[in-house]
Amino acid sequence: MPSPRYWREIPNRYRLEAAKCTGCGKVVFPARRICPACRGEAFETINLTRKGKVITSTVIHVPPDDFLMEAPYAMAVIETPEGARLMAQVVDCEPSSVMPGMEVDLEFRLIRKEGNSGILCYGHKGVPAANGS
Amino acid sequence: MREVAIVGAGMTRFGELWKQSLRDMFAEAANAALSDAGADHIDSLYVGCMSGGQFVGQEHLGPLMADQMGMTGIPAVHVESACASGGIALRSAFMEVASGMSDLVLATGIEKMNDGADVTNVLATAADQELEVYHGVTFPGLYAMIARAHMTKYGTTEEDLAWVSVKNHKHGAMNDKAQFPLEVTVEQVLASAMVAEPLRMLHCSPVTDGAAAVLLCPLDMAKEFTDNPVKIIGSGLSTGSLALADRADPAFLDSVQSSGEQAFKMAGVGPRDVHVAEVHDCFSIAEICCIEALGFVDQGKGNKAAQEGFTAIGGCIPVNTSGGLKSKGHPVGATGIAQAIEVFRQLRGEAGKRQVENAHIGLTQNMGGSGASSVVHIFQGV
Repeated sequence: MPSPRYWREIPNRYRLEAAKCTGCGKVVFPARRICPACRGEAFETINLTRKGKVITSTVIHVPPDDFLMEAPYAMAVIETPEGARLMAQVVDCEPSSVMPGMEVDLEFRLIRKEGNSGILCYGHKGVPAANGS
Repeated sequence: MREVAIVGAGMTRFGELWKQSLRDMFAEAANAALSDAGADHIDSLYVGCMSGGQFVGQEHLGPLMADQMGMTGIPAVHVESACASGGIALRSAFMEVASGMSDLVLATGIEKMNDGADVTNVLATAADQELEVYHGVTFPGLYAMIARAHMTKYGTTEEDLAWVSVKNHKHGAMNDKAQFPLEVTVEQVLASAMVAEPLRMLHCSPVTDGAAAVLLCPLDMAKEFTDNPVKIIGSGLSTGSLALADRADPAFLDSVQSSGEQAFKMAGVGPRDVHVAEVHDCFSIAEICCIEALGFVDQGKGNKAAQEGFTAIGGCIPVNTSGGLKSKGHPVGATGIAQAIEVFRQLRGEAGKRQVENAHIGLTQNMGGSGASSVVHIFQGV
């Protein structure tokens, strides 16, 4: 992808930067210009806590080409303590063990490589929660 | 608003049509619809197609297809809403005739998927690229997460999902336009290759080439073209978030419910008045979620409908008598028009071995992405 397209997303992908609407309190991840709940335009920047709970999940057996070497891998919709939800892989465990209700920590990881000379693309992946709760 | 009727329909066979290009499939279907109605001209053309650009490198489909019909000079527009493109072409044509702007309008849907493109990647452009596809999710993966949410909330099982495929293949086995006109068993579905847990290959609609077209005109002109016009009495279109993570309840398709409510309100009928329906079963879980959101069954009760025969031909509300996307095939842009053709045939009593008895009111529901857009039409025989 063109490098500006990657660079623009760094705040949310590297730091889990989100926006909290000062009007209604809705936490929006990643930040947007207009609040989807109240259409307010004033936000406070916050960083999401790097942990959450699996809302729903799957294990991808037929992947896109960029993820061919990783299949099968688990993916989940994860809700952080702030109430924000995000899509992420869940790794460092048996993929089929990733089920709704599972507690995960979010760690900074390599997500994909754009060929041999392209950009290394980073972001967050879930791992089983360290405190085991 | 003027009352609007469908007076002619035509489609290609659905399948891997190696000998036919995008434009050739279009011309076959468009010509068949015009011949069916005995019409020698049209006033306007809509072309529903998800992505000629990505599948075969061809955009600007409106004028290209008008030219293929030998009708350059007419207004012609390409409309896109991922897999709901065909349904939205129908809605656009309906509004143009209803408004009085044009009399004879052809609504078409086309897609050429088997021409070398990376289908998984192209389809995934209908999902949220920046937030979800970036991390490695696929379309089957998104529907698999919807399925798992439904299983967790309502106790739906893999066997329940399999019964949707079994029922639709049983219907599709009677459709000579279907890509896979053959029956499958629950055991075969549950033994097929895993795609995205819990969805297996036989829970997924296939990759398909095809085209479909219907001709619309004002109801008061319809008898010039046919003795059996079918009225369009309701139309609804609604939207939801592309990102699955932004849905309050991933087991519920809000856009399907609200598009259905709009169409029912306009038609002045309710879900219990519908005699036959085509819904968007791109994956088996989608049919379960759609019949719930449309109100054919209560929320959480859609999982046993196929197995118990409620949605089979002969049941309370036969769903996907054509075989659905699963058996008939899913050339994404063409699907919404092909659904309308099935209901058109059913309401005219022309559906042969899969005819639903005494069918007077029919419904189609066509969906884009994992439910980010949904378009519903309600039809009535005249």
